[in-house]
Amino acid sequence: MKTTFLDFEQPIAELEAKIESLRFAQDDSAIDISEEIGRLDVKSQSLTKDIYAKLTPWQIAQVARHPQRPYTLDYIAHLFTDFEEMHGDRSYADDRAIVGGLARFNGQSVMVLGHQKGRDTKEKILRNFGMPRPEGYRKALRLMRLAEKFGIPVFTFVDTPGAYPGIDAEERGQSEAIGRNLLVMAELKVPLICTVIGEGGSGGALAIAVGDVLLMLQYATYSVISPEGCASILWKSQEKAGEAADAMAITATRLKTLGLIDRIVNEPLGGAHRDPRVMASALKKALQDALRMVTELSAAELVERRFERLMSYGKFKEQRVG
Amino acid sequence: MSWLQKLLPPKIKRAEGAHKSIPEGLWCKCPACESVLYSSDLEANQGVCPKCGHHHRLRARPRLDLLLDPEGRFEIGAEVIPVDALKFKDSKRYPDRLVAAQADTDESDALVVMQGAIKTLPLVIACFEFEFMGGSMGSVVGERFVRGVNCAIESQLPFVCITASGGARMQEGLFSLMQMAKTTAAVSLLAKHQLPFITLLTDPTMGGVSASFAFVGDVVIAEPGALIGFAGPRVIEQTVRETLPEGFQRAEFLLEKGAIDMIVDRRELRDKLASLLCLLQRLPALHA
Repeated sequence: MKTTFLDFEQPIAELEAKIESLRFAQDDSAIDISEEIGRLDVKSQSLTKDIYAKLTPWQIAQVARHPQRPYTLDYIAHLFTDFEEMHGDRSYADDRAIVGGLARFNGQSVMVLGHQKGRDTKEKILRNFGMPRPEGYRKALRLMRLAEKFGIPVFTFVDTPGAYPGIDAEERGQSEAIGRNLLVMAELKVPLICTVIGEGGSGGALAIAVGDVLLMLQYATYSVISPEGCASILWKSQEKAGEAADAMAITATRLKTLGLIDRIVNEPLGGAHRDPRVMASALKKALQDALRMVTELSAAELVERRFERLMSYGKFKEQRVG
Repeated sequence: MSWLQKLLPPKIKRAEGAHKSIPEGLWCKCPACESVLYSSDLEANQGVCPKCGHHHRLRARPRLDLLLDPEGRFEIGAEVIPVDALKFKDSKRYPDRLVAAQADTDESDALVVMQGAIKTLPLVIACFEFEFMGGSMGSVVGERFVRGVNCAIESQLPFVCITASGGARMQEGLFSLMQMAKTTAAVSLLAKHQLPFITLLTDPTMGGVSASFAFVGDVVIAEPGALIGFAGPRVIEQTVRETLPEGFQRAEFLLEKGAIDMIVDRRELRDKLASLLCLLQRLPALHA
């Protein structure tokens, strides 16, 4: 598949186009230009390295939303075997914006679930752009409780612009669905390992991201409101999304420094979509480490440790009250 | 300018201009029925319009004064105060916004927690201050909530939370999002100790507060006409590109959709809470 380049990647795009045309010319040319192609390849690599070394938070947000970025089902296919997708919340519908089911991770039974975005227009609509309705969160909840019943660890993958802000979603209790998940995840008696693989959009992301280990891919973002949303409220202009992205600390590096995530999983040069296979194997290793960290804990220790973690969130100071 | 406004001394005019929940002027206008009311009448009626029953927004402390018995109250978590962890700056620096909000409201953050009693029934109660940065939930709100829950557990008391919030506090970034997880996890402790948790949702209760502990109460009560929801009406309108139905996201709509247990008139709230607390704790009924 041809790589789609983002605005700030245009220099790379131009170089890659040149390489492509040379390759094409090479096929029906007697002169050997492979050396020239090789030289340009190296140049393209170092250009990519330069650009990616200096990404702004807003540019990282673009990478996190890249149309070719691997989604939950892509990772499931690479990391797990025997995936048995399960559907529905047993009350209303099957929300395709969240996928989940039983699977094997290195042979071990696990539950996997995550937000799912669509690739083409038809699938985007089917998946509602990765924005779940209450039934999506209730399906996730049902699968987590099922995992708990059989002592099966849970892996979640976060990639959503946010919970769906629609009339139907409100009517069926979007708030309750998210809040209920937060409550149940806080005391689930099996390991919960959460990874932000793309966009971690607010409460809609958090609703499947309360766990024992929180990982983030290098160019994923996690924020309380989208940079555009924040900009339109605080700067009164969506144009200021870049400044909002900067101010809110939405990148993996900043969040790691602030102690809000446990580990950053490095992406291949140019982002996960440039080499999904390499990305998947790096993530697999990180997930193995994460699971090993919590697998020896008893259910009581696990829940207590998670609770302490949750209680530690927040920055404030204490003063004497007079 | 109307003849009435011309007659008013300048001081009253100014007070009228300031959009406080209950204006401090002599008169105020009910936004629902447009009746001109004496502020003192409105206050005597607990901020409920005597003409149409519209529930005006109430500040946190007056609300607690209305609900709690005067004796034996003390505040919890006032020692916890906000910091600017992200060095956040939009058109204003976050510390400047905090200072301005503190000066405007006389509160140090958007949640007031107290231990006290309702009709002699002891409890811990937390109340959002909407006037403080839209009642937004940041680290201080989360921590005070948790300290309140801990006090309730230590003394084996029920916990009541009155919400009025626009959602998470953007200026605290992901720390504020995590307060949703923190507060809701604390609620699970109350359940473990079989202590009642009641939420009262008042106008407005949106976003991160609505989508965390608000709807996981053992009993979920709303005030009449309160706007309650996950996404704000404007965001929904922009997303679905249609006009929202009349009364959408109002307490009455939520009751009809099965999202809340009951709507309670503010003037009956003290009796209602006392009755519910007795029932949940298997205590004998209070005599009127």
